[in-house]
Amino acid sequence: MDEAPVAAGEDGERAAPASLAVILLISVLVVATCGLIYELLAGTLASYLLGDSVTQFSTVIGTYLFAMGVGSWLSRHVRSNEITVFVRVEILIAALGGWSAAGLFLLFPLVGDFRVALYALVMAIGVLVGLEIPLLIRILRHRFAFRELVSNVLTYDYVGALVASLLFPLILVPKLGMIRTGFVFGLANVGVAIALLVALRRQERVGRDMVAALVVTASLLTGLAFADRLQRWSEVAFYNEPVVYARSTPYQRIVLTRQGGDLRLYLNGNLQFSTRDEYRYHEALVWPVLGRVAAPRQVLILGGGDGLAAREVLRDARVGHVTLVDLDPEMARLFRDTPQLAQLNAGSLASPRLTMVNADAFRWVREETGQFDAIIIDFPDPTEFSLGKLYTESFYREVARLLARDGVMTVQSTSPLIAPRSYWTVASTLEAAGLTVRGYHAYVPSFGEWGFTMAAHAPISDGVRLPAHLRYLTAASERAMFDFQPDMARRPAPVNRLDNQALVRSFAEEWGRYEG
Amino acid sequence: MRDGKFPEATGPIEDVDVLIAGGGVSGLAAGWRLAEAGFTRFTLLELEDRTGGNARSGRNATSAYPLGAHYLPVPNREARALHHMLKQFGMIVGEERGAPVYDPLQLCADLEERLLWRGKWQEGLFPQTALSADDKEQYARFTAGMAAFRAAKGADGKPAFALPMALSSSDPQFRALDQQSFAQWLDANGYRSSLLRAYLRYCCRDDYGSEPEHVSAWAGIHYFAGRRGWAAGEDGDRELTWPEGNGRLVGLMARRIVGKIRTGHSVFRVERVDAGVVVHAFDHGISRTRRIRARAAVLAMPHFVAQRVAPQFAAKGDFSYAPWVVANVTVNRPPEGKGAPLAWDNVSAASESLGYVVATHQTSSADGGPTVLTWYLPLSRETPRQARKILMTRSLEAWQEVVRDDLLAMNPDLAGAIERIDVWQWGHAMVRPTPGFLSEPARLAATASSGPVWFAHSDLSGLSLFEEAHYRGVVAAESVLAHLSHPFESLV
Repeated sequence: MDEAPVAAGEDGERAAPASLAVILLISVLVVATCGLIYELLAGTLASYLLGDSVTQFSTVIGTYLFAMGVGSWLSRHVRSNEITVFVRVEILIAALGGWSAAGLFLLFPLVGDFRVALYALVMAIGVLVGLEIPLLIRILRHRFAFRELVSNVLTYDYVGALVASLLFPLILVPKLGMIRTGFVFGLANVGVAIALLVALRRQERVGRDMVAALVVTASLLTGLAFADRLQRWSEVAFYNEPVVYARSTPYQRIVLTRQGGDLRLYLNGNLQFSTRDEYRYHEALVWPVLGRVAAPRQVLILGGGDGLAAREVLRDARVGHVTLVDLDPEMARLFRDTPQLAQLNAGSLASPRLTMVNADAFRWVREETGQFDAIIIDFPDPTEFSLGKLYTESFYREVARLLARDGVMTVQSTSPLIAPRSYWTVASTLEAAGLTVRGYHAYVPSFGEWGFTMAAHAPISDGVRLPAHLRYLTAASERAMFDFQPDMARRPAPVNRLDNQALVRSFAEEWGRYEG
Repeated sequence: MRDGKFPEATGPIEDVDVLIAGGGVSGLAAGWRLAEAGFTRFTLLELEDRTGGNARSGRNATSAYPLGAHYLPVPNREARALHHMLKQFGMIVGEERGAPVYDPLQLCADLEERLLWRGKWQEGLFPQTALSADDKEQYARFTAGMAAFRAAKGADGKPAFALPMALSSSDPQFRALDQQSFAQWLDANGYRSSLLRAYLRYCCRDDYGSEPEHVSAWAGIHYFAGRRGWAAGEDGDRELTWPEGNGRLVGLMARRIVGKIRTGHSVFRVERVDAGVVVHAFDHGISRTRRIRARAAVLAMPHFVAQRVAPQFAAKGDFSYAPWVVANVTVNRPPEGKGAPLAWDNVSAASESLGYVVATHQTSSADGGPTVLTWYLPLSRETPRQARKILMTRSLEAWQEVVRDDLLAMNPDLAGAIERIDVWQWGHAMVRPTPGFLSEPARLAATASSGPVWFAHSDLSGLSLFEEAHYRGVVAAESVLAHLSHPFESLV
């Protein structure tokens, strides 16, 4: 470290030692980069969480620049000891900016008005960042001629801005993610503070500031180390709509979002329904089956803990009793006991005609001995090996055992357009289990083109009797569902077995390709 | 256990035609075989309060789980008795072009195995990333070499490596491999890639509980070349597994002969009397020694025990045994991790343990909820004697810490999820197929008995495998049936 004697400044203050000047100039670059990163983080996050990116970016940038102006104006009230103030500003920015992304994600589902929290944070960081450059210019004023000083500081400032604006979209967001990016740049800010404190330690009492800087460093490092967990907690990052309910059960993460009149259910991040068009899905799931069974007295629903398929089934007065098997008791509780949600399923889960069984269907079907006239299988997509077991030949053999001789069953079987091989794998597998099958599909806007597979012991007839009250299905549109255009047409597909999990593998491949 | 420790018998001598001493896999297989032949005049004495030996299992509120052996590879065509039994147990459910069709619910479900390699889980147990050209070349060469051994036949027309091993060729070109260690053979054949060697070390420890340096090259190669699973379709290279591991198999065998089994009996002396034997066994239930006269006996016990209790019959031999520690870890949520999802068998390239299997893998389609992880560690670095000293002196708490640390290193996501750790120590878990084991005189003598005492144990094969123990039990039982002139159709 430079031991050069310290020159006296014009106000009797001490000028910065030479090495300090270098640190300070580098710090212009660093703080400029950090400052812009926080601004970009806030803008991106706001677009992410609130939608409408043009508005979000404009208002965030505007607020931020205005706050910087406020900070610059406030700098006049710093009358002495600029360098200490600067160090403290850096420590504060490090704490606020470093935690900004994580904090906003975590706060989002907790606060009433997220915008208040967002703009308060943007203001606070903006004011602090606005203090930086005026303070630096004043600290460095004895080191350089004014001409050179302005040139140096502004050059580094703008270079830093360029660095940030290139790093952010190309490397930081895709590689680090927003939460980690915040922590990394917070560490850069506090790094500047620590470097200055070390350089100043001979002439200033730096003890308390150093402690504060180290505490902030520790908190940022902790945040960085647990960034994955924070990411998981702050799952709102995954959803395009405001989250109104989120809960982890031992089996899944249940999330409800609402935007306007559209309520959506996500399980483990996968959309299960949107209230805008779920009637299309559930009518297509249920009525082609019920319409082909002469007397559907006993009905079995596997999956479908939201009670929406049960709602459709219970509308049929011929149905004497519904058995609904769903793994997660929490789903049943949520959709039975929350009035808003129970309204969606017309109180189906509380119906005396329905028995809810909370069990793993894979085990349950092996132990069950009853006979069912109609069976509706509505499991989540086969995204994991565990779920893939519920689409296997072994599983369907057990289900076939429970299906009455003249009964009909159906299986939700992913999109025949996006994942045709996966879709037809379900058909191949049901056939391997000794059933005759007929595929059909429906257009559900929030899912796209969606596929179902009907299966029975006997050939499945064209004749269907549909009730009059349906919103989507008519006899004519029902018939059209069985028609597969060439891009979805049947193609060779393997049998999905427990020991090959062909479906999980093709599903991942086909959807992976689709989602890029 | 040693002579003199138990009181002499006081009551009247009991009579039975056949006495089976030992209720592990081979003893139960012998009993099963006798019952198959309609022979009922036998008794099986087991030392512990439960039969099953290495294949015993436990159960708690969450799941059944293995205490030792946990799977059976689809058996070879030559394992005829085993096929017969698996068909009877409903594990083989049909035939397709002559080949057995296995019950898909009992074949290990996909995903079968995953490896934690450089911080990320991947499918399979051999690393797939960060391989040098040399690693790849050696792995490919090794795989091809093993395939050649798998297909090879000796001058006698028998497969070079069979399972049961007794059916292997005696061609000296293959037997000569027994003169060196697997490590020496690998060195001599230029297999020096550290990744390949780490994988092979894993395999040796998995099947034999021993280091490649201590395993005969014949046995090391047998691991890769001995299995030609016979099944319809592509199921030949699959494994059968159950939540309780091979506890399922021994449980079903025991159920067939349930009236014949007496647990809590220490057989401590077997003497020849006239044409038969008298067996002295201490009944822990009534704290009294019984004397049982039998026309024939099957000693289904490790050879180091047999040579103590039946010195007249069992030649003294140089058998050594690998000690193991098995822990059952109850967790309130399943492990996760970056990369490939949870598999049945989960192994870390960075751990000294063999990783863990998931008890609920076969039975559950739930992606959450509690489960039991069975964690395996062969103490192969130490000599067996040193390792047994560790087993005797290390406390339960110390083992629990070892297990917990190892699991959390593999799956930091399990922090806070571990509810209990049950530790099981196996002092003599597996016979070690050390170089020269094929010509070990005591082993050969034990296989060549002419009665009235026969031996039945995987020690006779030198390979501690279910298939071997089963085969030895069946062979001994058939020798007994022949000796007693009971009619039967051989299954071997």
